[in-house]
Amino acid sequence: MVAHSYQLKRADFIFKNENDWERILDKMLKRPTRELINELMSSELKGRGGAGFPTGLKWKLTAEDPSDTKFVICNADEGEPGTFKDREILTKVPYKVLMAMAVCGYVIGSNQGYIYLRGEYKFLVPELNKVIQEFEYYCKQIGHDFSIKIFLGSGAYICGEETALFESMEGKRGEPRNKPPYPSSNGYMGKATVVNNVETLAHTFTIFKYGAKKFYDLGVQYSRGSKLFSVSGDTPKPGIYELELGMSLQDFVNEFGDGDTKAVQVGGASGFLVPRKRFEKTTIGYRGKLTGISLPTGGSMMLFNSSRSMYNVLDNYLEFFREESCGQCTPCRVGCQQLHFGIKAVKRGDKPAQYLDKLLKLTETMQLTAKCGLGQSVANSFSSIVENFREEMIY
Amino acid sequence: MSNTIHVTINGIALEVEKGKTILDAANQAGMIIPTLCFHKDLCIAGNCRVCVVEVSGQKRLAAACATPCEEEMEIQTNSLKVRNSRKHIIELLLSEHNADCTKCYKNGNCELQELASEYKIMTQDFLRLAPMKNYTIDQFSPSIIKDDSKCIRCQRCVRTCAELQGVNALTVAYKGDEMKIASFFEKAMNDVVCTNCGQCVNHCPTGALVERNYIEEVWDAISDPDKHVVVQTAPAVRVGLGEEMGMEVGSRVTGKMVSALKRLGFNAVLDTDFTADLTIIEEGTELLNRLKKALKEKDNSVKLPMATSCSPGWIKYIEHMYPEFLEHLSTCKSPQQMFGALVKTYYAKARKIDPENIVSVSIMPCTAKKFEANRPEMHDSGYRDVDYVLTTRELAIMIKQAGIDFKKLPDEKFDRLMGESTGAGVIFGATGGVMEAALRTAYELVTGREVPFENLNITPVRGMEGVRQATIKIENPLTQWDFLDGVELKCAVAHGLVNAQKVMDEVKSGTSQYHFIEVMACPGGCLGGGGQPIPTSPEIREKRMEAIYAEDAGMPLRKSHENPEILKIYQDFLGEPLGLKSHHLLHTKYIGRDRL
Repeated sequence: MVAHSYQLKRADFIFKNENDWERILDKMLKRPTRELINELMSSELKGRGGAGFPTGLKWKLTAEDPSDTKFVICNADEGEPGTFKDREILTKVPYKVLMAMAVCGYVIGSNQGYIYLRGEYKFLVPELNKVIQEFEYYCKQIGHDFSIKIFLGSGAYICGEETALFESMEGKRGEPRNKPPYPSSNGYMGKATVVNNVETLAHTFTIFKYGAKKFYDLGVQYSRGSKLFSVSGDTPKPGIYELELGMSLQDFVNEFGDGDTKAVQVGGASGFLVPRKRFEKTTIGYRGKLTGISLPTGGSMMLFNSSRSMYNVLDNYLEFFREESCGQCTPCRVGCQQLHFGIKAVKRGDKPAQYLDKLLKLTETMQLTAKCGLGQSVANSFSSIVENFREEMIY
Repeated sequence: MSNTIHVTINGIALEVEKGKTILDAANQAGMIIPTLCFHKDLCIAGNCRVCVVEVSGQKRLAAACATPCEEEMEIQTNSLKVRNSRKHIIELLLSEHNADCTKCYKNGNCELQELASEYKIMTQDFLRLAPMKNYTIDQFSPSIIKDDSKCIRCQRCVRTCAELQGVNALTVAYKGDEMKIASFFEKAMNDVVCTNCGQCVNHCPTGALVERNYIEEVWDAISDPDKHVVVQTAPAVRVGLGEEMGMEVGSRVTGKMVSALKRLGFNAVLDTDFTADLTIIEEGTELLNRLKKALKEKDNSVKLPMATSCSPGWIKYIEHMYPEFLEHLSTCKSPQQMFGALVKTYYAKARKIDPENIVSVSIMPCTAKKFEANRPEMHDSGYRDVDYVLTTRELAIMIKQAGIDFKKLPDEKFDRLMGESTGAGVIFGATGGVMEAALRTAYELVTGREVPFENLNITPVRGMEGVRQATIKIENPLTQWDFLDGVELKCAVAHGLVNAQKVMDEVKSGTSQYHFIEVMACPGGCLGGGGQPIPTSPEIREKRMEAIYAEDAGMPLRKSHENPEILKIYQDFLGEPLGLKSHHLLHTKYIGRDRL
């Protein structure tokens, strides 16, 4: 890599081994909770699972709830295709997550934490339990009442949706609930609950140790801090990278592409496909600069070169959604089937090319009316792929 | 804090109670929002998405049934965005639905069909998904037919079975495109813990769950000149049938119903109310015997409380869920089965007809009665006691097929024998009715005086409360009942099997003080039965209940033991209550069943 073309700003917080988590925890537990919330709010940390809800606000709302019992849940149901960062965090720096959960428990008034761990990550359990044991032992020593249990999911993608996650934990079928009420007042077991993504919690460690300013100084306006990216696809260097938010996709492709990058899927199957002509104009972050588009993401970056058929890519995503929809609401359950079988019918010639336009309209309805984020976001990949690679869908 | 919220719906300002949903507010404003998964009897699901509306300032549409009103909300129920989305959703549902409407039993009474018609869905642009799924129809149950190809996954049946009945015979299985409503391990409906109550049928918006109908079999029997076809009609049918015939909810149509049945060609139109009265004599005597053994003879082996046994849904429920309590059940058959056994013995003898040639049909508000008639024990006459059971809905279909203008029919009277009844028999159709009828007779039997309630109306056991309790103190009894002097007879009434569970758990824990409990499987009792007209709702059941008690109040005789035909049958045929013949024809045994 030629030095002067290097535009990406790497950060190195998440995986930095910190051997003083006990000291930081002690320090945090002595600070007033309001101060900790303010610290988080001023860092402008937003949820790293993909939805981007301000973390400080989430803690604040839950702290204000009068509920007698509250819960802290770490969402480790990392199911988005092309995402593999949370596994790495839980393997390399699990104590950061645990400490952040304990601080969250202190802030909102909860003494029970859960890690909702993706079923496929079962192999992490023994190691993780060891760390949890040590962690709880330390908490006991300093007289802080907080324990953490692992709850293993059973492999349904939808259970990463926070309310479906509650249902799953309560022993019910993993189906999203109606919102409102929101988790901040009505979460697990009907009690006020904070659900944070693994990475979000790891970032709060950084903020608590180094202060909000350090975090805030990274990134750009509205998209502060750094973020882990799971880079995969046609790239000479797949892996996990911590980068500052606000980069242009062109810079990203310059760094990670193989010279023939045709498109990048930002945010996994539920994210957006960006074609080459839009690389320059696209930034990765929560809100755009004045021109161009910006895409929030859970961190999955899939690169495709010209050897790839975008029809196959879409076919693959839609098959995924057709199977992973929980099936309860009409737009998502039937919509996903219609989209998936629809593009096949167009490809076979059973339906005319204009049928794609009917399907595009359908994705609008799905976005408007589906009960949860899954059904609403299928439209993202479908419309961005069909609009940009229409001819590949037909011929 | 104020208890009202201000919203506008389609520009009209409205004040609504806090906590009300957008759907409630729209109803209040006289605006109709279409719904499918919503049902007044059930919790909110918000999964069909047909009721979406536009709320100013919100990017996405909101499900009206699941979204509470908030201050200053501006709601549009018929904007272009709403219309287009709603149409799309109906199209999607139709694409997954076996929409071969002309061949569907529910043709003309289907909520999806109604919506398709309302929104004029004239094209089928989307791919047809239903044929791709290779569903087979489950026709193994004698009561209920389940056709997944017509299911729209609204989960009303699932919620019904869980929330009203606590049985969970139907649940959601699989996910994504394979998601469906399934029985336990997808076994046939006759092979799972299902009470056949038919509440799922009553709550299904489409033709996915329907009763197994025997209309053609009954037409065949009627047309057979060698057959003497006898029909009996359950008490609750006469307050429901009118709804199917375009009359107001709560219409009493006893006379017209009899008239219609005669015009359909039944050879004799008789009344299940007669055997309801007979049940009271048998069951009341059984209760007094149990009390005598327990209180006077101090026999500890006597099972109290005694529970009623009229509701076949309840019987199958207790057989599955509380098999160790079967001896608590009264051994009396249900009125339908008493009637069936008597038709082919007592009636056949009196009318000099070979029972071989009698076809016994019953019109019931119930689908579980179809299962009951099919039980192997129910052959005490030497034949199958009841040959065909039709629901109120099936009778309505037959009346329409026969071209009978129901509203114009004259009122006619039941035939004799076994057509005379009292108000006590009529109120079997409502929850609490069996209890009330039994108390009217038992109290008088024991004390020689009428029950101490105005106009014989034992109001504490009436109503729609899930579990109701009543205590009646017995004072100054006749000498042979002197052991009951001062005894407070404790009774409980439950309807809907979730409520039965509450009472049974009380009995099981040993904390219950009850002597007598009445359980009806369906909400409201038989008037809310699984074979009654669709739709059902708390308001509808309330009106049917008013009709039942009005019917009772209008009867010249209101106590079972005053029914002259009852006196006659004991004189001419049965001898005495709980006698040998009674034992043989009117009583039965129960079977413990698995919970899986």
